[in-house]
Amino acid sequence: MREIDAKQITEAVAKLCKDAAYYLPDDVYEALKRGRETEKSPVGCVVLDQIIKNAEIAKAEDRPYCQDTGMTIVFLEVGQDLHITGGLLEDAVNAGIAKGYTEGYLRKSVVSEPLFNRKNTGNNTPGVIYTKIVPGDKLNITVSLKGFGSENKSGIKMLVPADGVEGVKKAVLEIILHASCNPCPPMVVGVGIGGTMDRAALLSKKALLRPTNVRNAKPEYAKLEEELLDLINQTGIGPQLGGTTSALAVNIEWGPTHIAGLPVAVTICCHADRHKHCEL
Amino acid sequence: MAETIRIETPFTEEKSRKLHVGDSVLITGTIISARDAAHKRMCEALARGEKLPVDWTDQMVYYLGPTPAKPGDPIGSCGPTTSGRMDAYTPTMLAQGIKGMIGKGSRAPEVIEAMKKYGVTYFAAVGGAAALIAKSVKKYEVLAYPDLGPEAVARLTVVDFPAIVVIDCEGNNFYEIGQKPYRTLKL
Repeated sequence: MREIDAKQITEAVAKLCKDAAYYLPDDVYEALKRGRETEKSPVGCVVLDQIIKNAEIAKAEDRPYCQDTGMTIVFLEVGQDLHITGGLLEDAVNAGIAKGYTEGYLRKSVVSEPLFNRKNTGNNTPGVIYTKIVPGDKLNITVSLKGFGSENKSGIKMLVPADGVEGVKKAVLEIILHASCNPCPPMVVGVGIGGTMDRAALLSKKALLRPTNVRNAKPEYAKLEEELLDLINQTGIGPQLGGTTSALAVNIEWGPTHIAGLPVAVTICCHADRHKHCEL
Repeated sequence: MAETIRIETPFTEEKSRKLHVGDSVLITGTIISARDAAHKRMCEALARGEKLPVDWTDQMVYYLGPTPAKPGDPIGSCGPTTSGRMDAYTPTMLAQGIKGMIGKGSRAPEVIEAMKKYGVTYFAAVGGAAALIAKSVKKYEVLAYPDLGPEAVARLTVVDFPAIVVIDCEGNNFYEIGQKPYRTLKL
């Protein structure tokens, strides 16, 4: 059986946190540049110019793209023939988050308890960790830094089967219109359809990991992604102060659901759709 | 867009009343950062009848929690946070003499009413342009609540800090004006 030391996991997670905070994915950068070319609002163009320049400075100087370096979401795919030695998996991941956020001069934004005593944990732990057991003996790690300006505007609607495609469109648009200028558009919109309430929400998070220029493998979902993007770009929200570039992409992930249900979750991400992946 | 207007602090009501929605500005001088936890603390102190640790007369508040500075830098990345979360505290804070607010996103009607009453201007900085905005910050000094870490109240010395007037003293709101011409969606 293949073995891997927990320290290796810690080092990998630390690097992924820093890289995600500094380097915007190329596809998002390219989408911003395309948005700038087609943007109709003069103020929108000024905003997009600043955002594009910001991405270039962050990358060139190893600086956080945004001061909200997020809550750290970690997706783990653990091969069932892999044996982790020298510590617990989740401890290793959280140690990596603490190391990455400290060494990388990232902001620590996590409080240990949400309501009565909101005390900052001081190292951005704990992360939100999702672990899946998969075939093989590898460990795949994807780190996503989720800012809360956009997270606060995300939402979920429990539709019923009769609502159908039009119902899904209406639900997504309602959430986007309610979010309006606040989640730092241009947004990347992750949509999860199906499953249970919690599964739909998770699917909407996973949807944000797919590059913005790759459409869903199923043609009917790919078409829905394009239709939703077109509708969102007609809202006028634009790049924060009005315009035609409200969103860069809509990514949908779907899953099996119950005969009585049609859950639709929308995770709104700002233009900083920050995520990095590695395989150990 | 109109020509860029240069503003120097202190930011008086007279200066504030000259600005109009949509104006693009460059701010030079000092601005004071405060966000969620600091607002809560300050408003609780005022409710107890205590004096605030900062004199807010003719000041600009910046809704900010920066990343830590790298060695040799005055500040880390420092873009605006969502202003709406401060709305519950804002009318109380404006009564303390604040004349400018810098953040991002829409404001509650009661905030806009208080802005009209006190002659306050609300500016937007570009959300997520944090590494770029840091270039205009020359100095960062914590003034109060250091235990809040990135949420501490701090004085930022800025040169040509870029912002746009999004709600002026008369309550004109660019978040409404700016979207309308581009809304082709039939609802």
